[in-house]
Amino acid sequence: MAAAPKPRVKVPKTAKAGEVVLLKTLISHEMESGQRKDKDGNIIPRKIINKFSCEFNGEQVFSCDIDPAISANPYFEFSAKVNESGAFKFSWVDDDGSVYTDEQKIEVK
Amino acid sequence: MSKRFLAPVFAMVGGLVLAFSANADPVDEELVIDDIPMVTRAAAPEGHPFDEVLSGWLFREAETRETEADSFANPGMLAVERGADIWNTVEGSAGKSCASCHDDAATSMKSVGAQYPKWDADAKRPINIELQIDKCRVENMGAEPYKFDAEGQVALTSYIKHQSLGTPVKMDLSDGELQDWWEKGKELYYTRTGQLNFACASCHEDSMGKYIRADHLSQGQANGFPTYRFNTGGMVSLHNRFRGCIRDTRAEMPKAFSDELMALEVYVTWRGTGLSVETPAVRQ
Repeated sequence: MAAAPKPRVKVPKTAKAGEVVLLKTLISHEMESGQRKDKDGNIIPRKIINKFSCEFNGEQVFSCDIDPAISANPYFEFSAKVNESGAFKFSWVDDDGSVYTDEQKIEVK
Repeated sequence: MSKRFLAPVFAMVGGLVLAFSANADPVDEELVIDDIPMVTRAAAPEGHPFDEVLSGWLFREAETRETEADSFANPGMLAVERGADIWNTVEGSAGKSCASCHDDAATSMKSVGAQYPKWDADAKRPINIELQIDKCRVENMGAEPYKFDAEGQVALTSYIKHQSLGTPVKMDLSDGELQDWWEKGKELYYTRTGQLNFACASCHEDSMGKYIRADHLSQGQANGFPTYRFNTGGMVSLHNRFRGCIRDTRAEMPKAFSDELMALEVYVTWRGTGLSVETPAVRQ
């Protein structure tokens, strides 16, 4: 996948107060491990997403460090309890310093 | 060792053998993607060597099957989304995008991919989605044709075929000279090649369901292509897969979209008549 990394997230649009909702995320990324060699025998430099995190209204919900063994297009699925309406903010940190973000609102009824 | 000890050992071995052979059989499960039920088993068309044609999905591990069934988790959908971007991007001297003529692909391309390959009266040979895209690019957009397996070619092909998700494969062999190419493809399918001396049929017909190269052999259907493979972490086009199979028999590989592989595409696609288009399917 030579194209720029593109995040996708799936968050329910609405929830009841106190409900535990399932969040799914996927980002397109080659996750080059840094252990492969090109045709000429030179090491292909490492380029991976090394950190993923999720916040809800500024409060951290989920966070993890990622290492080279994670395969291309990393997928994360986790749950969070929502007590109020707000927005989930997701961010992925690339080895080159780029940060890819996405945001999804959820309404508590 | 007394007989008392041997008996349970034999029972265990028997159990293992049973477990292995059970794994190799296609599963008896329903595949539903985005609320659309997929036809993964269909009555074979007349003249087919099998009674029933089976989607490769039925032969995969549970995790692989689940990934395909969830269009969010399916990494192949990234290629489909990329294809949607390309669909709306202007390229070439005519200043057109695919959408300039075809508008919304969800309408204009609905179920179209399930009918390919078709007969191209201008070129007097079969045409598949990839070649149809190139024809449009050259004749209508004034753009360069794609190089084989260019990222854009695979993404756009995936996007167009995805508009047929669930539609059963149905080619019209009476179109032009497709029937002759079908015959040619059939001959190639049964011709042994390479140092290993395998025909397509050696694996996908005679040994269907058996375990080889850490994988269960399926019927080798084309209905899910382009397919996402965990093996490479990317999309695999049909002609890439054809070439990969031929390479594995240690034979010389025909070029993508060559007469040989187009004939094979006509024949292999026909062998999957009645199966839903699953693009992008997920395989290991």
